[in-house]
Amino acid sequence: MDSKNIEQGIVELIRKAECELPIDVIRALKSAYKIEKGVAKTQIEAILKNVDIAKKTRRPMCQDTGIQTFFVVIGVDFPYIQRLEDLILNSVKKATIEIPLRPNTVDPFTGKNHEDNIGDHIPYITWNFCEGSEVYITVLPKGGGSENMSKLGMLKPGVGIEGVKNFVVEEMIKAGGNPCPPTVVGVGIGGGADLALKLGKISLLRPVGVRHKDKTIAKIEAELIKRINDSGIGPMGLGGKTTVLDVHIEKAHRHPASLPVGISVQCWADRRAHMVIHDDCSWEVK
Amino acid sequence: MEYHLKLPVGRDDIKKLHVGDVIYITGKIFTARDEAHQIMLEKDKIPFAPSEMALFHCGPLMKKEKGKWSAISAGPTTSSRMDIFEDKFIEKFGINIIIGKGGMGERTEKALKKYNAIYTSYTGGAGTLAADKIEDVLGVYWLEDFGMPEAVWIFKVKEFGPLVVALDSHGESIYKKLKNKVK
Repeated sequence: MDSKNIEQGIVELIRKAECELPIDVIRALKSAYKIEKGVAKTQIEAILKNVDIAKKTRRPMCQDTGIQTFFVVIGVDFPYIQRLEDLILNSVKKATIEIPLRPNTVDPFTGKNHEDNIGDHIPYITWNFCEGSEVYITVLPKGGGSENMSKLGMLKPGVGIEGVKNFVVEEMIKAGGNPCPPTVVGVGIGGGADLALKLGKISLLRPVGVRHKDKTIAKIEAELIKRINDSGIGPMGLGGKTTVLDVHIEKAHRHPASLPVGISVQCWADRRAHMVIHDDCSWEVK
Repeated sequence: MEYHLKLPVGRDDIKKLHVGDVIYITGKIFTARDEAHQIMLEKDKIPFAPSEMALFHCGPLMKKEKGKWSAISAGPTTSSRMDIFEDKFIEKFGINIIIGKGGMGERTEKALKKYNAIYTSYTGGAGTLAADKIEDVLGVYWLEDFGMPEAVWIFKVKEFGPLVVALDSHGESIYKKLKNKVK
């Protein structure tokens, strides 16, 4: 087996994310279906039908196949460490044709679409390192409609955690039906501005329904879920009980003068997939 | 109420629809996002007949095989981006059914009322469900200039829906009703 095999593995990773919604998200949508009525129920029903068709026909569940966002943890003894970035880029090009993916990389100055989902800084790859010779990759295809509802609040520390909670609830009410609710909301608190937004996005990697291991934070997550759902915005902003499927929080320590809050919103198509690559180029997609 | 409509629809068909109704449409629809709206407003002549069709805010995922295009996944895109064009667009092309997601603003609402048109919401992200209702791809315009998502695609659809009437021709808005409740 050679490194070409890794490329095909990453294509399959992207295919899995685009065509198969994770089971935790499906479970949450099915619970929503049970409690919704009227128009809200028709929306969840259409979503569940769509998820089923996508899985059976191996087609992307949403036409917005997103910006390919990779979180890579690479074992420092992995023999192809120097080639991994190229392998990922080639896989994205291949996936664009094979799956297919919608060409989603536009130059902000010329307006030209690069056609292959590759561009400056895109796909977006976050690198982390670990011991050993294996590589762990998570892909999160991130759609534009939900990404447009991202928010950064540089709050005054004096407003405290109550202020943070109010900020998140107000912003999600303002977002209304735009990010394709029911959404998963990732909230990063602390750090600097960039870190808060990054933590918000990283928190989306946690499965739906799993609370933060810190009990205080877990309680705040539960409170935010209730408050946002009580707004009645509902599926697609057409009214209903389910506006969010989950709220995830991650925190960093903050500067004494700052209280950054980064909100990263994921649509109901909370697409994620994971893989491990072994040092002999074999792989498994989970 | 649920309605099954054949396009193009007449004035009376639009008048009988109210927010909260669910419709399924059969006929021709065309996609247009930001750039397509802009170019269509600029051009004197359009190479197809928009007035016979519904307008779909959509940037589809398409595939060409043996010279023939087909839709792989084709759900709606966020409509609010088109709000700055839509009143003029409705006036110029006589569109009376718009399909999108997330709702539109004051300007569009007024135009819908004035020109007797409706805005309907299709389930965001339900791309394969939508693509399965597309029977044929009748044409594509400005593909070279704008790329796949921003080009205008003409689709022949059958029983396309469920489309929830979200802004009707009587000036009612499902979003406003909701907002009042939230407050």
